[in-house]
Formats: sequence, structure tokens, C-alpha cells
Amino acid sequence: MIAEFGQISLILALVLAALLATLPLYGAYRNNQALMRLAPSLVIGHFVFAACAFGSLTILFLRHDFTVANVAINSNLLLPWYYRLSAVWGSHEGSLLLWILMLSGWMLAVSIFSRALPKPYVTRVLSVMGMISIGFLLFTLLTSNPFDRILPGPPDGQDLNPLLQDPGMIFHPPLLYMGYVGFSVAFGFAIAGLLGGRVERDWVRWSRPWTLMAWAFLTGGITLGSWWAYYELGWGGWWFWDPVENASFIPWLLGTALIHSQAVTEKRGAFPAWTILLAIAAFSTSLLGTFLVRSGVLTSVHAFANDPERGMFILAFMALVTGAALLLYAIRAPRIMTGKAFGFISRETSLLLNNVFFTVSAGMVLLGTLYPLLIDFMGWGQISVGPPYFGAMFVLLMTPVVLLMPLGPFSRWGRDELRRVFSPLVLSLIGAIVGGLAIAALLGAWNVRAMTGWIGGLWLILGALSYFFRQGQTRRFRLPRHQIGMILAHAGAGVFVIGVGMMESMTVERDVRFEPGQSLEVAGYQFELHEIAEVKGPNWIADEARFTVSRNDREITQMNPQKRRYHRSGQIMTQVALRPGVFHDLYVAMGEPLQDGSGAWSIRVHINPFVRWIWGGAALLMLGGIFSATDRRYWRTQKSEAQEPVAGSGEVPA
Amino acid sequence: MIRMIIPLAIFLGLVALLLVSLETAEQRKLVASPLIGRPVPNFTLPGLHDPDVQRSSADLQGEPYIINVWGSWCWACREEHPYIERLGNESGIPLVGFNWKDERQDALRWLNQFGDAWTFHMVDFEGRAAIDLGVYGAPETFLVDHEGIIRHKHIGPVDQTVFEDLMRRIMEMRSEAES
Amino acid sequence: MNKAKGSGFRVQGSGGLRLSSSVFRLPCLLLAVLLLAVSGTLLAQASPEAQDEQRFSRIEPLDFRSEVEQARFRSLTNELRCTVCQNESLAESDVPLARDLRREIFHMIQDGRSDMEIRSFMVDRYGDFVLYRPPLAGHTLLLWAGPIVLLLGSLIGVIIVIRRRQQALQ
Repeated sequence: MIAEFGQISLILALVLAALLATLPLYGAYRNNQALMRLAPSLVIGHFVFAACAFGSLTILFLRHDFTVANVAINSNLLLPWYYRLSAVWGSHEGSLLLWILMLSGWMLAVSIFSRALPKPYVTRVLSVMGMISIGFLLFTLLTSNPFDRILPGPPDGQDLNPLLQDPGMIFHPPLLYMGYVGFSVAFGFAIAGLLGGRVERDWVRWSRPWTLMAWAFLTGGITLGSWWAYYELGWGGWWFWDPVENASFIPWLLGTALIHSQAVTEKRGAFPAWTILLAIAAFSTSLLGTFLVRSGVLTSVHAFANDPERGMFILAFMALVTGAALLLYAIRAPRIMTGKAFGFISRETSLLLNNVFFTVSAGMVLLGTLYPLLIDFMGWGQISVGPPYFGAMFVLLMTPVVLLMPLGPFSRWGRDELRRVFSPLVLSLIGAIVGGLAIAALLGAWNVRAMTGWIGGLWLILGALSYFFRQGQTRRFRLPRHQIGMILAHAGAGVFVIGVGMMESMTVERDVRFEPGQSLEVAGYQFELHEIAEVKGPNWIADEARFTVSRNDREITQMNPQKRRYHRSGQIMTQVALRPGVFHDLYVAMGEPLQDGSGAWSIRVHINPFVRWIWGGAALLMLGGIFSATDRRYWRTQKSEAQEPVAGSGEVPA
Repeated sequence: MIRMIIPLAIFLGLVALLLVSLETAEQRKLVASPLIGRPVPNFTLPGLHDPDVQRSSADLQGEPYIINVWGSWCWACREEHPYIERLGNESGIPLVGFNWKDERQDALRWLNQFGDAWTFHMVDFEGRAAIDLGVYGAPETFLVDHEGIIRHKHIGPVDQTVFEDLMRRIMEMRSEAES
Repeated sequence: MNKAKGSGFRVQGSGGLRLSSSVFRLPCLLLAVLLLAVSGTLLAQASPEAQDEQRFSRIEPLDFRSEVEQARFRSLTNELRCTVCQNESLAESDVPLARDLRREIFHMIQDGRSDMEIRSFMVDRYGDFVLYRPPLAGHTLLLWAGPIVLLLGSLIGVIIVIRRRQQALQ
């Protein structure tokens, strides 16, 4: 019954989405108030039914209803309830349902928080989002129905992939999808602007908080994914340039460009067409990512069950959505240079440069990810494009960004002088170079990566701090939230750069043979293996190595990595033992018992320096995004804006 | 202005590329061997039934032959077994078994159970010769011509279609060898 | 080919990638076991010892003579792609072939072969596919030069735009 209820809810959500995509849009076109007024109610209904469908699947999982294929494949009687909950979005079908729920949630939020905007405009935004929802609902219902039954159901299900039986996995997909889907709001605002025929800076102002929010979620989602891969996969790495990671990274890079170009367009009215294009691109690459992950077109170790038919559907959908958007763009995008004039040294230029580097980086990642396909298409053989390519190119493209980032906030709109922009940063620059070299020396990190990491990172952090103090002095430290957000994010980038520089140069990694009773020293730490014991979990059994770690004869911690075997599927999982630290992590993973009959195991020990700074920096980026998005300015001006025509930009240039 | 159409044009190109690539996705997973058109690498391996007999790839030269990589642990080998049997019986050229990363007893038991249609087997328990041959999975089937040049490699189990294709190629090689 | 598609051909216990059902990075070996479990034919022929031996791991204690050799080994195995578990490097992969190849590389390093020689050893046998760092050649020109050309082009574009804006300023 519940499965059927969920199924019907999905169909009803589809009906409402179809109504939403047509009637209010026509109303907006005809200026028919009655039709436009339908939109908010349709949005509510759409959300309710999406939530019912999602809730149904959740109940099915919690109740072990194995007559539903999706439940039978991804869950079993032994699976603890919290993983049954996350199993709801652990499969392709369920994750689509989550996607739809979030899309409907974003729509609801737009209809609530953007009530004050001109009716025809909001109506168009919601209709466009309704169209996107139609696509995903059809995709789910036609190719990936989570409510399909198998009768009679098996007595017990298979298993949720053990890799997903992890707390990090409970939150990673929802955050990531919130980001992906969130870009549909910026997309909707841009398309609504194009549809309305008069693209002005209003739409940008209105869409800024939404874009920032989506960007913050995406940042969080990617970070969580990186963190999860670090401790769950046992490779000790934090980023692999896998096609699926790239698929989430491209929209992030474009989103980063977008939030900066929105600033120019909003404040100065410049480059509206470019900002629209970026908004379209950020969401389109989210769709592209969905296609890449679910179609099997690229070999990736991530990947849902690949199905060319599904791939076809998403590709067609993407072609339709993005193709139509770009066509509309070609017809309607503002062609005249608008906005105020500016000089070479100006805030406009610095933001433009940001856009160049981030967009080109996104292009680079896209090119590298798809290049093997191109080579194959041309019949030139088979090649692989992997971390060495992406790493080198990305560092090359991001170096100027790191160098220029602190200058951006100090530059004025319109026209400025290099001397004036740079003079408050002289101290930061000296501090970064001296401090960076000193810290690198102190840590014994005499290599280019670590030193440039420290210098670059400190430059960003000190630059952000000096901006904070400069602004703080004039404003008695009552900074508006969007400025605090910017400072946090830029400093976060600095923290991130330090982490990457250290992690990529100073990691210690040893594969060693360990016998119980044996003791070994790695990078100043004494690891002693006491025993290999057998331990049991709710749905697994494991060999557990029991280590005592000490330094200078003082015991620091116990570390117990495991090699688990999951009962239902028989899958074997490496559970690493971690001792996180601000300055370095100790990381121990079990290999296999060696075949020499000694009872020894192969064990991998990592000392990962400053790895927490990578995620810490990313968390600051996310926090910065949230701070900026919640600036009252956006919401307040929104209301006054809606009533009266645009009165020059309220913001005093920095 | 033309400029405004550029994004659309790039996007359509991208869609076309993805569309084509979707069709070729399965095929692209198979790594084409660079050894095709080159001589079989030199290796000397013991036999399976006759561990004392060392055979080298050079000994095989002079007539076309088939190398079939298999292992008792490989379930796809079981699947293709009927077709391999037919290859052994119908091709008219030697069918060399390349027993890869196996255990002797397991391999013998496996042959006992399913039938041994190979002319003889070489064993590569360590897997070093297999690396020279560019083997990365089992089953794999190589066609080698009378001059010792690798002419074709099939990755994955042989089924009816593949069998027919292999037979066609074998016939070609045989007529070349005769002329 | 169609038949091969459905039958999940692959190497020693490493599954075709089709069966996985998660969004995220799955070590190949797991897929393998999953595949076996699903196909329900858990190596009827293989003896328990043989099965046990199939449990390899990327974690191997090797006796390097020096830190330099160890670093070379690490960077080589990280830059070479595993043909079996595609999208894992040799260093990351648990499959037996990856282990064999790691040992091969280890021995070559011990024999004093250069990184270049080791890479071409791999390419001679498995093709350019195994190089995660594609060689700079005619067909990869667009890959390597593309982003740089794009960057320079965009910078020139930006300069032109700013010049025009600057004129408006005066």
C-alpha cells in the first residue's frame, strides 16, 4: 500500500509540476493575476507530494518491505535503522527522489522568501523550476521507479554497499544535491529574466542570496565527500580527480565565478549577459554531472548501476533544458554594453580576472574529463587523463588567483590606483613571505610545495585579516554579513592552500609488515601491535589490529584498524584507524595477513600533515557563503526594490 | 551578433560527442592491445599436464595458432568453454591454453570436469609472461599468424558472434599461411 | 558484444563496473565480491586456499633500499592506471594484476631502470591507456595547450573589454 501511495504521490507531483510549468507562465505572459496566483499553491502541492513520495520510500526501508525491489537490493534485516534511513538515497532511484524533494523544497523556499518580488517575475522563476521538475519526475517514473515491486518478495534483502554504511555518507549526498539543485534557482532567475525581455540588474540582486546558498551547500557536499573518501577508502588521499569528482567540481568552479560576476552585475550593471551565461552554465554542468555519473559514459569507480537508456534520457533532457536556455540566451541576451565605465585598476577588473581564471579552470577540468571520449571519437586510440594532468593544470591556473585574491577587496569600483590598492597589503605580503619561510623551516618542510603553500596561504589569510581591520576601523567592527562572509571565505581559501601544500609534500606513508608483539617507528611515533583480535558488529565480523602509539616513550593513543567482512554480501571493507590532529593525522590501515605463516599482517601507516586544514578551509568557504547569503541587505532591499525603482547601488565602494 | 550563438554551438558539439560516446561506452572499457601487429613476445613456460616440458613461444612459430588465456577461478571462462571447445575442434590450428595465475590441481580438476579441447596448456602461475603478453583479464583470446605476429585479440568470453568472427579470421590466416 | 555485456566478464574476482549501486568511489575488489554474490556461483571450483590467495591488497611491505627508490615507486604507481579496475591507479588497486605490476615495477627499480624505461615497459604492453599523464603528442596537443590558449585568449578579451570601458570613462 505504501509503495503505491508513494507511486501515486510521484504522479500527482508530476501533474502539479506540469500545471506549474504552463498555467502561471501563461498568466505571467498575459499578465493574468488569477493564473499567476496559482503558482504558490501549486508549489506547495508539488512539495507535499514529493515529500509524501520520499516519506513512503523511507517508511518502506524502515519497515523492511522487501517486496519493493529497491529495498530488497539496498537493505536487509541486519542493517541498523540509521543506515536504512540513508539507504533511501543510497541507490540511483532513491537519490533521484531526494533530488526531486530538494528541488521542490527550493521552489517552496523561493515562493516564500521571494514573495516581495514582482509577481510575473517570481511566477516565471517557479514555472522554469517546474519544468526542470517535470524532467526529473518523468526520469524517475519512466526509467528508475523506486517503488517497483518484486512479488513474492525475498525473505531478506541484499545489502547497502558497506562503503555507504558510514555517518559521512548520511550527509554527503543531501548536501551535494542541495548544491546541484540549488543552482537551478539561479538558473530559474536568469531564464525568468531572459523571458521577461528586460534584463536588468534586479534579477541579479534577487538571485544572489540563492546562488550563494547553493554554492555553500555544494562546497559542503564536496568537502564531506572528500573527507569521507579520506577515511573510508583507506588510500589516505583527499582528492582523486576521478570523473565523478570532476563532475561535481565543474559546477563548483562555475558557481564560484558566478557569485563574483553577480557582484559586478548587481553593483555596476556591467556584464549582465556574461552573468546570465554563467548561471545557465553552473546549472547545466550540474545536469552534465548527473549524466556522467548515471550513464556509464565514463569509466569511474564511483557510479551507479549504469544504464545507457537512463543515460539517453538525461542527455535528451539536458539537451532540451540547456539547449533551450542557450537559444533563449542567443535571442534575448542584452547585447549592448551596459553599466558604468571602469579603468584597468578597479574592482571590476579584479572580479573579471576571477571569472577568467575560474571559468578557464572549469573548462580545463571539462576538457580533461571528456578528452578520452574525443580521442576515441576521432579514432586516435585510447588515452587516460588523470591526476598528474589536472593537478599540474589546476595549480598553474590557480596560482594567479592566489596572488591576486587579497587585492580584490581593496580595489574600488570604477577607477583605482595600484599603489593605493597595494599599500595596505605590503605588511601582509612581507608577513606571508617571512612567516611562510619561517614556518616551513620550523617544520623542516624544505620543499617548493610546502613553502609556496605556506606563503600563498598566509598571504590570503593576512590579506583577508588586513581587510577586516581596515573595514573594522572605519565601521567600528560592525561589518555587514556579506563582507564577513567574503573575509571568511578568502581566509578559508588560505587555510585550504596551506593544507594542500603540506599534504602534497610532507605526507609520510609506509607499508610495513607487522607481527603481533612487534614495534616499529614511523616519523617519530612508536607503533606497537599487541594482537589481532576478532570483533563482531551488528552486521559484520572483523579482524582488528590493536596498536598502541607512543612518542618519546609516552603513550599517546590506541589505534584499532579493522578489516571487516559484511555478512549479507560477503564484502570486505578496510576500516582505517585515525587519530586526527590539528597539525597531523595518524592513519593506520590493515592490508592482508601475509602468506608466510608468521601471523604477520601488511599494515599501512600514514602521517598526514595539516590534512584537517584542507577541510577546515573548505568549511570556512562554506561558512562564508552562508554568511553572505544571509546578509539582511539582500532581503531588505528586495522588498524596497520591489516597490520602487532601482535607486543607485546602496553599497559604498570599499 | 554571432557571438551570442557560440555557447549554443559549443554545447551542441558537446551533446553530439556524449551521444556518440554513450554508444561506445562498453567498447571503450576494453583496453586495446598495442601488441597487435607485433611479434609474440618471447616467453618459456612449463606445461600443465607435463610440468617438466618447457615450451617457448618461439617453438610455436611456423603455423597460425590460437592462445586462449584462462583460469579455473574465472567464471567467464566456463561460460565461453563450449565455444573454445569448438575452436579447438573446428579451427584446424593449434589451440594453446595459457593457464594464468592458477593452481595446478584446480586447473586439472577444472579440465576434468568441463573437458579439455586445447592442444596443450602452458602455465603462468606467477603471471610474468602474461604481463609481456599484455594480458589483463581472463578470458582473452589471441590469434597469431604463421610468422608469429599477433593478428587479433579478443577480450572477454567468446560467444556465438565472436566465435564466427574468430573463425573467419582464422580461415584468413590459414589461407595466408598456405599461399 | 551484447552477450559479454550481460555476463559480467572481468578479471579474477573483479567485477564489471555495471553492478555497483552507489554514487561513490568503489574499490574494485568490493564490486567483484558483490558480483560473485549476485551471480550466485561463488567460485565452485576454486579451493579455499586459492580463494584466500585471491585476497590481495594494495598494502604491501616492500624492502626499498632507499627513500629515493620508495618515492619513485610511489610516484610511478600513482601515475599508472590499472587496466582492470579502471580509474584506480596501480597504487590504489587491490586486484592481483596490479600487485604483479607493482612487483614488476619494484624489481625494475631495483635493477636500476629509469622511470622512462619503466613507463615505456608498461606502454609497450598495455598502451597509452595506462598513462595517467598523457604524453605530449599531436593528438594530445589540444588537451595540453587548450587551457593555456583559452586563458590567454580570455585575458586578451578582458583587456579589450576594459579598454573600451576605459574610453567610456574619459
